[in-house]
Amino acid sequence: MISKVTHMCVYVLDQDSAYEFYVNKLGFKVHTDVPMGPGARWLTVTPPEQPELEITLFPIKEGNVFDADTAKTMVELVKKGTFGAAVFTCQDLMATYEELKSKGVIFKKAPTKEFYGYEALFTDDSGNWFSLSQMNTEK
Amino acid sequence: MEQEIHPKLYLYRRIVQAKLFIDRHYAEHIDLSQIADEAFFSKFHFIRLFRQAYGKTPHHYLTQVRIDNAKLLLVKGYAVADACFQVGFDSTTSFTTLFKRHTGLSPSAYQARELQRLALFKANPLRAVPNCFAETHGWKNSNIR
Repeated sequence: MISKVTHMCVYVLDQDSAYEFYVNKLGFKVHTDVPMGPGARWLTVTPPEQPELEITLFPIKEGNVFDADTAKTMVELVKKGTFGAAVFTCQDLMATYEELKSKGVIFKKAPTKEFYGYEALFTDDSGNWFSLSQMNTEK
Repeated sequence: MEQEIHPKLYLYRRIVQAKLFIDRHYAEHIDLSQIADEAFFSKFHFIRLFRQAYGKTPHHYLTQVRIDNAKLLLVKGYAVADACFQVGFDSTTSFTTLFKRHTGLSPSAYQARELQRLALFKANPLRAVPNCFAETHGWKNSNIR
């Protein structure tokens, strides 16, 4: 029986820039940041209240994982906002939306009412988009 | 659209300003009155709205921010007392008590655990990476131990 997600992967264009975005704008915590030899780095962050879920900020580079053509295609796809990476939740969407906007986070959809609560969509510094939701608390 | 869903948007903006004030000034001797003043609220109204937005009182949030920043200093090797005063606590006793309540460990035990973890990763970076990722990156067959 599968019990939990421990790691997920977000493909980013630049790890330094992703660090700045996820840590200093979204407020995520750095879990692991270690060099893995020349030009390589293992960087994972966690949502502030979910320290057991490591989000790997995985750079798109030509190498063992991507050949040159695939890396080029991946960069183009990420940049144009093809990939929706995750759904985040928060206690109060409007407060979080206002805070992230004040920090320069770009929203592709402002908060709207949905049957389960409220939802907004933002993009990271690479182009990946995320849902930011506030779930209804009433049963 | 925002105004339709949340007619009191201006209140949210003030609460967010207060939260960001805490984020910027946690290391100073700020108190609840100062934070409420920053948001132009009476104290009790402010506490209620802040808790509604963030799920904790402003005081609890301030403590959390201080503890989080103390953790970063401890991982950098700061002495417990230095970390305590640098993030705005007045006494190491209350700092230690609150730290333990938030993390389950004393500051010195937390520091020892984290420094040991970092030393382990420094000596053998592959310990930080699940095998599947290490293999696909080709790190397992490189010089990285």
